[in-house]
Amino acid sequence: MPRLRFHCRHQFPSGFILDAEFEASDGVTGLCGPSGSGKTTTLGIIAGTLRPRQGIVQLGDRVLLDTARGVRLPPERRRVGCVFQDLRLFPHLTVEQNMRYGLNRRPARKIDFSRVVEILELHDVLGRSPRTLSGGQQQRTALARAVLQGPELLLLDEPLTALDAGLKERIVVYLERMLAELRIPTVFVSHDLADVRRLAEQVILLEAGRVVREDKGSGTDFGRE
Amino acid sequence: MGFTVEQWQAIGLSLRVAIVAVLLSLPFGLALAWLLARRQFRGKAILETMINLPLVLPPVVTGYLLLVAFGRNGWIGQFLDRWFGLQIIFTWKAAALASAIVAFPLMVRSIRLALSSVDVHLEQSARTLGAGPFDTLWTITLPLARNGIIAGCVLAFARSIGEFGATIMISENTQGSRTIPLEIYNLLESPGGVQRAQGLVFASIAIAAVAMLIGEILERRGLQRSAAA
Repeated sequence: MPRLRFHCRHQFPSGFILDAEFEASDGVTGLCGPSGSGKTTTLGIIAGTLRPRQGIVQLGDRVLLDTARGVRLPPERRRVGCVFQDLRLFPHLTVEQNMRYGLNRRPARKIDFSRVVEILELHDVLGRSPRTLSGGQQQRTALARAVLQGPELLLLDEPLTALDAGLKERIVVYLERMLAELRIPTVFVSHDLADVRRLAEQVILLEAGRVVREDKGSGTDFGRE
Repeated sequence: MGFTVEQWQAIGLSLRVAIVAVLLSLPFGLALAWLLARRQFRGKAILETMINLPLVLPPVVTGYLLLVAFGRNGWIGQFLDRWFGLQIIFTWKAAALASAIVAFPLMVRSIRLALSSVDVHLEQSARTLGAGPFDTLWTITLPLARNGIIAGCVLAFARSIGEFGATIMISENTQGSRTIPLEIYNLLESPGGVQRAQGLVFASIAIAAVAMLIGEILERRGLQRSAAA
């Protein structure tokens, strides 16, 4: 059984139509495509922050969304962790309080707080306000917060886009370390195929709201052509 | 500039009335401000008009309506008297009720502004982290809107301290049971009252000015905070 099954159709007020269907297995799935292709929309539908008119989203044996049957789990019951492109750290909480936010609610699986702090090297900033952190530290805090809720699926929306080359390299190392150790199935969105190829075992290419190509297995060749 | 016993009583009563008015209207203010800030629905413009009406109505009209509704023969007055043995009209509670209604639009306006400035994406983020709608409201929205909510309360408090028109129609107006504005009005009607009212005038200006200053500072801080977020 695939980890994630996604099939949705929705027309937005802007006229943009998302009509995509794909399956993602365990491991890291890259969702790639140019700006406006529907990547972030797809993540929003999986996370439950967007409501498509028609669609099915299934995570393992759990149905998160099935519009035909009137099933629409709210985001807090989906057990899907998100690292948003704009990070969305809570400015009135410290780094540690941000990280524990999901951990203190209903984690699907208990993940060791100290281990995550260690992997992401966040010891020194736990008591600080997110506003005082560097871009890389904020990125790692957002990643830690999403992972600590013990999600069944992790969604990463363009986590490397706004970073300079040096910082991107360091964050990729943290990401690889984290994903390898915690083994959380992940959907990784990027418009940069090189980033996707580096992290993902399966790649799905979106264009204008449709899946135009899927490549399963580690030998992801497209983009090299 | 010493105060007489009656004047101290007026200051004490005004503070009590203003605090009760704020506490009474805060839950409704929060609920309506949230509704106006976060939801689109049919009749929203009518609801907004109703909430803001006390701002533009002559206060004596508000007092008249309260008198009709909460008086012995009014439908709310009869209900409260029959079921709870509660009589509001011509007691200090009527002053609190009048103040709450007159100050309500200021409170809702300030809280609504504060709630609107909270980024909904942060609320969505909290939801994906396992927080339900009330949990999100309690842990994200309200703390981020805190300064605006406090500013709204302070504004309502200051407005309550100055309330006169509606209060004089429905509140008790005997010695020792008058709020500051009522006591000033009463003093002015007696010989030498202009001199004797001065202390209360200054007290009233001082309370209102301090409250407004606190409200202004908190509102600015709230806007800066949401801009930084």
